[in-house]
Amino acid sequence: MATFIQQLLNGLAWGSVYALIALGYTMVYGVLKLINFAHGEVYMMGAMTGYYVGRWTQKADLPMALRLPVTLLGAMAACAVLGFAIERLAYKPLRSASRLSALITAIGVSLLLQNAGQLVFGADPKYFPSDSLLPYSEVVSVGEVVLSNRQLVIMVTAVVLMVALMLFVQRTRLGRAMRAVATDKNAAQLVGIPVDRIISLTFVIGSVLAAAAGVLVGLSNPKVEPLMGIMPGLKAFVAAVLGGIGNIAGAMLGGVLLGLVEVLVSGYGLSTYRDAVAFALLIGFLLFRPTGLLGRPDVAKV
Amino acid sequence: MAIPPGARLAVQAAATVGVVALWATAIAPQINPYYLQVVDYIGINIVMAVSLNLINGHTGQFSIGHAGFMALGAYGSAAITYYGGPHVLPWLTDAIGLPKGAAEGMLLNGAMLAGGLLAAIAGVVVGIPTLRLRGDYLAIATLGFGEIIRVIILNLDVVGGARGFTDIPDLAGPFWIFLWAAITVLVVARLVASTKGLAFLAVREDEIAAEAVGISTTRTKVTAFLIGAFFAGIGGGLFAHNVTYLHTNMFTFMKSIEFIVMVVLGGMGSISGSVLAAIVLTTLPEALRAIDKYRMVMYAALLIVLMLTRPQGLMGNRELRLSRLMAVFRGRRGGVARAPGAAS
Amino acid sequence: MSEGGPLLSVQGLTKCFGGLTAVQSLDLQVETGELVGIIGPNGSGKTTAFNVITGFYAPTHGSIHFQGKPIHGLPSNRISRAGVARTFQNIRLFPSLTAFDNVRVAFHASVKAGLRSAVLRGRRFMEDEQRIGRAALELLERFDLARFAFTDAMHLPYGEQRRLEIARALATAPSLLLLDEPAAGMNPTEKVELMDLIRRVKRDFELTMLLIDHDMRVVMGLCERMVVLDHGETIARGSPAEIQRDPKVIAAYLGVEDA
Repeated sequence: MATFIQQLLNGLAWGSVYALIALGYTMVYGVLKLINFAHGEVYMMGAMTGYYVGRWTQKADLPMALRLPVTLLGAMAACAVLGFAIERLAYKPLRSASRLSALITAIGVSLLLQNAGQLVFGADPKYFPSDSLLPYSEVVSVGEVVLSNRQLVIMVTAVVLMVALMLFVQRTRLGRAMRAVATDKNAAQLVGIPVDRIISLTFVIGSVLAAAAGVLVGLSNPKVEPLMGIMPGLKAFVAAVLGGIGNIAGAMLGGVLLGLVEVLVSGYGLSTYRDAVAFALLIGFLLFRPTGLLGRPDVAKV
Repeated sequence: MAIPPGARLAVQAAATVGVVALWATAIAPQINPYYLQVVDYIGINIVMAVSLNLINGHTGQFSIGHAGFMALGAYGSAAITYYGGPHVLPWLTDAIGLPKGAAEGMLLNGAMLAGGLLAAIAGVVVGIPTLRLRGDYLAIATLGFGEIIRVIILNLDVVGGARGFTDIPDLAGPFWIFLWAAITVLVVARLVASTKGLAFLAVREDEIAAEAVGISTTRTKVTAFLIGAFFAGIGGGLFAHNVTYLHTNMFTFMKSIEFIVMVVLGGMGSISGSVLAAIVLTTLPEALRAIDKYRMVMYAALLIVLMLTRPQGLMGNRELRLSRLMAVFRGRRGGVARAPGAAS
Repeated sequence: MSEGGPLLSVQGLTKCFGGLTAVQSLDLQVETGELVGIIGPNGSGKTTAFNVITGFYAPTHGSIHFQGKPIHGLPSNRISRAGVARTFQNIRLFPSLTAFDNVRVAFHASVKAGLRSAVLRGRRFMEDEQRIGRAALELLERFDLARFAFTDAMHLPYGEQRRLEIARALATAPSLLLLDEPAAGMNPTEKVELMDLIRRVKRDFELTMLLIDHDMRVVMGLCERMVVLDHGETIARGSPAEIQRDPKVIAAYLGVEDA
């Protein structure tokens, strides 16, 4: 029982991370109908820049309370720029091209970032300065179940960001504009919404969330390296599909769900199959409920 | 020369085998063994690219799990030759009296056909459920299948598991590799040139119109997956018996992407394009060994630039014709010809 | 096949998409050799009716019988092979295939041998391919498309594309041909030529036809009998003369005064 609750906590922590990354996928798919393969690499960049900024906060001897927030903000800012650049340089020129070309380009950007990352950062893994940013401590300890402060920070940060996103999308003018573009790009343009800028904004927001995820993961799993984004990226996409691609609440739900299922599968002995779980779930959903848990079906016209 | 149709096949088969045998016995041994390995890879990649092209290029399905089919063929055939070889080979040579080369050839091809069959079955298993999925979703589903296959194999200790599969018999040299490359090209080329094979293209062009002229898009897509996966399995078998070592790390999503790049660079729907791209993309990394560090980055940049500037790749969906090639050399504004029409 | 019964029998056909009823209880009998028209304002359900008859949608209610046998709910390719061909409102050719290949592929159902023979290329295969090649070229000639035989369909002029679509439909050797707005986008001269073509095709290929079009002159000029739809409901049926005088039809096209 204790193990179960522990697994639940772990699953929720991982699920929060998947959720943050999944949001980027789902929002971009919503406005562009494109699977942004490079999104996993944005998450990786978040972790890597977080590593460098984090080390700098350590060297600059910033007050403890500031270190993590500065690291987060630094990573988020860097990835905001990265996401913007990717969209402008690689995806925008292909808006009218076939979905296939766009998908291949996305794969190309992903490969480019992975390999350029290896060149720039070196292929050797770096170790996130977690102890400097947030020294480990147990927040809650009930019997054998431990909730660490890092897990708590991960979950709380994720929740805060997601709530902020929900509020933004539901309550602000820009958020409504995003929803409009996601529903019907042409109609949105006709009513005067600056579609290009909204799309850029979507990418930026998604990248910011992914960057946050990268830093948060670095806290509890300090080993960061340029190829760390591949699997989580794919899985977060799976999470987005599970929840209903294009649906923001769905991405959150899917992320948490996937995190829980994975940790449980892994915890109960089938750990070598853990990676396959995500894909098995994906295929199951694509076959039987392609719109996901919260998505709406769209009708094709002959 | 008027050859009766029935005999024509025999003649063509004999000619193909003859040419490949000539290549393998007279030319290949002259090549430096290191380069020969690269040439062998070219042959294998031709099989992989052309088979993938049938699914992605000719039928317009976006499959990015091709490495999974290759893995099934590789591991399946290797298991047969590794475990079965020691029993079967002596029986063939001693009991039946076959010369060693012939016996090994039989073993290899028997095993590869079984591997190919295994991959073909997987192709159907992947193809059927993914039929209803549109472009992006189909891609991700095939990716998922590829990964699932890889993870399952990774957990099978009988084929090495996480340590890898070593000591696979070294049976696949330039002869078998290029014979199968030739077979793959011929089969796919003949398929899409025939009336029945046009169904693949029709499904790519417009599924609704295809249905309206009586083509079952379902059957066509599944058939494309079946045939494409089969040859991918063969490619895997050739690979396994050429490098004699397997590890599931060799069959990741990245490997599938390499084949995708070949097909896209060559031109989706162009067999000659796939062949060209396989040659270029196999030799280029070797030629760039000096700047090996930058190889993958250049690869990725190439992909992006290609999509932005020339998404139809080298050949578009056209084929290279010798006559047109000569015309280009003679200075006329030649170029490339249409895919074959009614005539063979 | 019953000699006496209608070639196509549509009974109580209803098609709903979620809350929207696109076609409501359509009844339609088409006898062999007839040329029947379906008209109505935009959105009246004409194309939806075609789509259900040809199997692209399954009916929500009702039945469709072709040559006495039920075809409702069957996949489109089966219905096509049973002898029902169609053209599309927005031309659906195979764009990067040549005109020749566009027609040729439609003969594929007449190829008895499987894919294996395409690889082995025995005598039967070569004969089949030659036969089909000749038949395809013949069709192209009949539709005055021979000079475009090896041009990609997407590079054909508009009028030629329309004719090619009809030629391709005929390659499937249908008994019933459904034409969805064949005159769309044509100028009056072209429309007259098209009408001649349709009459000739009907006679030469011994077809029964069902025609949708917006242009009254086209429909009135070709069809012996018509059905008028409005918002999915059948509001009138009869000869062109009768339809022209029907006040309900006039109201539907010109707008309704009440409510």
